[in-house]
Amino acid sequence: MTATPAETTAVTPALEASHEPSPQEDAWTGFRGGLWRDTIAVRDFIQHNYAPYGGDASFLAGPTERTTKVWNKLLSMFPTENERGIYDVDVRTPSRIDAFAPGYIDRDLDIIVGLQTDAPLKRAIMPNGGWRMVESALNAYGYEADPAVREIYTKLRKTHNDGVFDAYTPEIRACRSSGIITGLPDAYGRGRIIGDYRRVALYGVDRLIVAKRADKSAVEVLWPSAEVIQEREEVAEQIRALEELKAMALSYGLDISGPARTGREAVQWLYFAYLAAVKEQNGAAMSIGRIDAFLDIYLQRDIERGLLTESEAQEIIDDFVIKLRIVRFLRTPEYNELYSGDPTWVTWSMAGLGEDGRPLVTRTTFRALNTLYNLGPAPEPNLTVFWSQRLPEAFKRYAAQVAVDTSALQFESDELMRPKYGDDTAIACCVSAMAMGRQMQFFGARVNVAKALLYAINGGRDEKTGKTVVEGFEPITDEYLDYDTVLVQYDAMLGWLAKTYVHALNVIHYMHDKYAYERLEMALHDREVLRTMACGIAGLSVAADSLSAIRHARVKVVRDETGLAVDYVVEGDYPAYGNNDDRADSLARWIVHDFMEKVRRHPTYRDAVHTQSVLTITSNVVYGKKTGNTPDGRRAGTPFAPGANPMNGRDEHGYIASALSVAKLPYDDAEDGISLTNTITPDALGRTPEERVANLAGVLDGFMASDGFHMNVNVLDKATLEDAMEHPEKYPQLTIRVSGYAVNFVRLTREQQLDVINRTFHGAL
Amino acid sequence: MTMLLPSAPTTPARTGAPATPAAVAARRPAVGSVHSWDLSTGVDGPGTRFVTFLSGCPLTCLYCHNPDTWRMRDGRRTTADEIVAEAGKYTRFIAAADGGTTISGGEPLLQPVFTGELLHRFKHELGLHTALDTSGFLGARATDALLRDTDLVLLDIKSWDRATYRKVTGRPLQPTLDFARRLADLGKEVHVRFVLVPGLTDDPANVEGVAAFAASLGNVGRVDVLPFHKLGEAKWQTLGRTFALHDTPCPTSEQTALARSVFTAHGLHAV
Repeated sequence: MTATPAETTAVTPALEASHEPSPQEDAWTGFRGGLWRDTIAVRDFIQHNYAPYGGDASFLAGPTERTTKVWNKLLSMFPTENERGIYDVDVRTPSRIDAFAPGYIDRDLDIIVGLQTDAPLKRAIMPNGGWRMVESALNAYGYEADPAVREIYTKLRKTHNDGVFDAYTPEIRACRSSGIITGLPDAYGRGRIIGDYRRVALYGVDRLIVAKRADKSAVEVLWPSAEVIQEREEVAEQIRALEELKAMALSYGLDISGPARTGREAVQWLYFAYLAAVKEQNGAAMSIGRIDAFLDIYLQRDIERGLLTESEAQEIIDDFVIKLRIVRFLRTPEYNELYSGDPTWVTWSMAGLGEDGRPLVTRTTFRALNTLYNLGPAPEPNLTVFWSQRLPEAFKRYAAQVAVDTSALQFESDELMRPKYGDDTAIACCVSAMAMGRQMQFFGARVNVAKALLYAINGGRDEKTGKTVVEGFEPITDEYLDYDTVLVQYDAMLGWLAKTYVHALNVIHYMHDKYAYERLEMALHDREVLRTMACGIAGLSVAADSLSAIRHARVKVVRDETGLAVDYVVEGDYPAYGNNDDRADSLARWIVHDFMEKVRRHPTYRDAVHTQSVLTITSNVVYGKKTGNTPDGRRAGTPFAPGANPMNGRDEHGYIASALSVAKLPYDDAEDGISLTNTITPDALGRTPEERVANLAGVLDGFMASDGFHMNVNVLDKATLEDAMEHPEKYPQLTIRVSGYAVNFVRLTREQQLDVINRTFHGAL
Repeated sequence: MTMLLPSAPTTPARTGAPATPAAVAARRPAVGSVHSWDLSTGVDGPGTRFVTFLSGCPLTCLYCHNPDTWRMRDGRRTTADEIVAEAGKYTRFIAAADGGTTISGGEPLLQPVFTGELLHRFKHELGLHTALDTSGFLGARATDALLRDTDLVLLDIKSWDRATYRKVTGRPLQPTLDFARRLADLGKEVHVRFVLVPGLTDDPANVEGVAAFAASLGNVGRVDVLPFHKLGEAKWQTLGRTFALHDTPCPTSEQTALARSVFTAHGLHAV
């Protein structure tokens, strides 16, 4: 017989004295509602059982001695990791769910157990995405690839990356190398798929396998078209993954075939499910979903039964968050240049309102935010608050306070998402909303719409190399750019770009499904899944300002001896995006709308629904580097503004005016999210700590009431960042929000640090 | 090919274009000299506010951080329609954020008709909270109607000691005190502001005087003790003026806390 949870948890101090229910006792005792008992329906379970919490943060508990001891152990390891790039890696074991022996931070102290490999911070190789990425990452950190593993992945087993390059066209390759399309998930895991990890806790794995077997039977009666065969194979893989998940948990002495019976088990079961995903997928973003109201039901049941104290409940959440903070992937330096600071996007979505108007704020929402105090600020998990004016005031204050104190939260509009996706919605990565267990996306990185404008002017020649990347376009030869001429040509160029882009994405996602299918994450989805083709754009503000300059000022073209437009002289002033001025903002809106329309024209792999985001993460620096002088007066190589932000220094009326320009971008044409990052000095929010908190809550209310979608908030002084650049050792946990996620400031490259510092700090005079 | 292009550039509608001479007389557009507008949070009254900075000021405060607003002729001639239209873009935001509008400067009461029109329209057309940021020196120019449209007065009392006041501002203190009394009689909400400058305004008797006076009014909901800073010094240089306080230190947080405690001791809410 396998070990029961009661036996294995007896060694840990937190629950030592508490009474565990017997294995026979029904795990669902005390839970209400019926539909979720008969069918896999986690939302139904939550809605019937969760208790909204309208109070303040005064009930919260600080860290226990145990928590601090465990966290300190990791803190002492981080400097080595920073210095070497990675702490350690197992070069011999291609990772899968049950590939590694159990690992612990501290076997006697861990409350929630499980690591990606057999030791903390030791990374695994996941070659299904691509062998070259694995080998170059190993080499970059001074490791040699294992010859036997190389043999397998170069001769015997094809990878996603190999498949993609078999099917790419020369045109797509040219776009990739010129940088008009960058960051495509063609050599690494696409990520941005959120398994409904809660299902494992609520139902246990066996019940989920039964449901998947029923799915398989349903597909077996269908005539085997390519799609049907693909689905049968996928469901078979999902079932296999669930079996491996059980085996992995058993190796830690825990049997998760049945439902979780306590709060601690619920967290542990859910974490095992998530852990299985990050053991197997090196996804760009491996988000954990909307989990706090779900977990709260279990924790509160234990507290009401007298099995758990507040301090113990907090300790469980703290230990869980410690585990989420040390999820690691092996990535190349080139990847890190795009998405810096080793991000994993363990995005944890919380709050918002239910469809019945009750807030989805629970005590565990507070406990999750409280980890930023108990453990100090950190970029992961990427805590994401679904904001609505109708949230309880006490929660708004607390969330605003945490943002002011830690700069580690992002806020997204519950009022924009709920009508589209329902109330059981979570963010994958930064701003991509999806219904838990019912929706996934094909992540598509982004294209450079500023560079596309230069291609429009140059008839498809690259402004940096002079090479013709796009055939069939004539260059504009006017001395002064004519708005109508440019717009017609730009519109056509965006059409070409959209077509090439969707073409590339179809290839990528076909191959990803074939060679690196997310079997565990998809095992935690319904059979019927809504798929989106998540396109994206970068350089929006540069493109919009360039059009505004062409329209409202005079822009003279400087050409080289081959006729290539290499520079622009702006004569006169033009209204810039970021000042809540429709003359410029309408141009940004048009670009978003027009590009989306063009993307929609092209059929997608598996009939995915077309969407796009206006998000760059930190790739705004690389995109800027790859883009020449632009007609807005920006110099070649200068970083773009991140996400949908206006260009630095061009927003002249403060961050509210700037935010309202961004709020005008149509969410209907950017359903994958619109990202805004604001850095505000403390004095620009008010004169006392209490005022800053109240005023930030007011700013968020105002922004969301004005249809704003997303706001990253940093409350920081420039001097702090400058000091951190010079004395990184003093700021090991300094966290700042960049486009869509948070990073440890000291882990950014110097170039990116400067980009952050040179961005507009909205201060008060 | 159909293409959704951005709409043609729209020139601001000439609202209220008069048709008859009588209409002209009845509805002459209010025009003022405006330095700029901005949105700020927590520094120009409660919450996030649309702040209109008017040009022109009768005072020449030594520590002024906006010397570029001193001369009316340096401002841009702007109609109230333009300002109200701009502020109107933020109505939803400000209402949700529990903020408002503020007329600042410069000295708004140097342009009392324009200021009155703005306050009236902010309050009644846009339905927003209104604040007037003033030194009070020209308080006599504020009509009762203007004050009825003002929800809050941010009153700068730059010193209690008359000689110090004149040294700081170049003008006498008495009009400010008179205005403060009038506001108290009207029961108008006032937030007092006091800039703490070491060696200039920080004499204990001076601080005590402002505090005792403010406490005697009964309508002062808050006192902002603002530590002197030199962030505006570059503007003085640009204007070719000498910044007399170049060598004056900024107050330490202890000095500021001490001054604050003087106000608190009088039962005032000082921040």
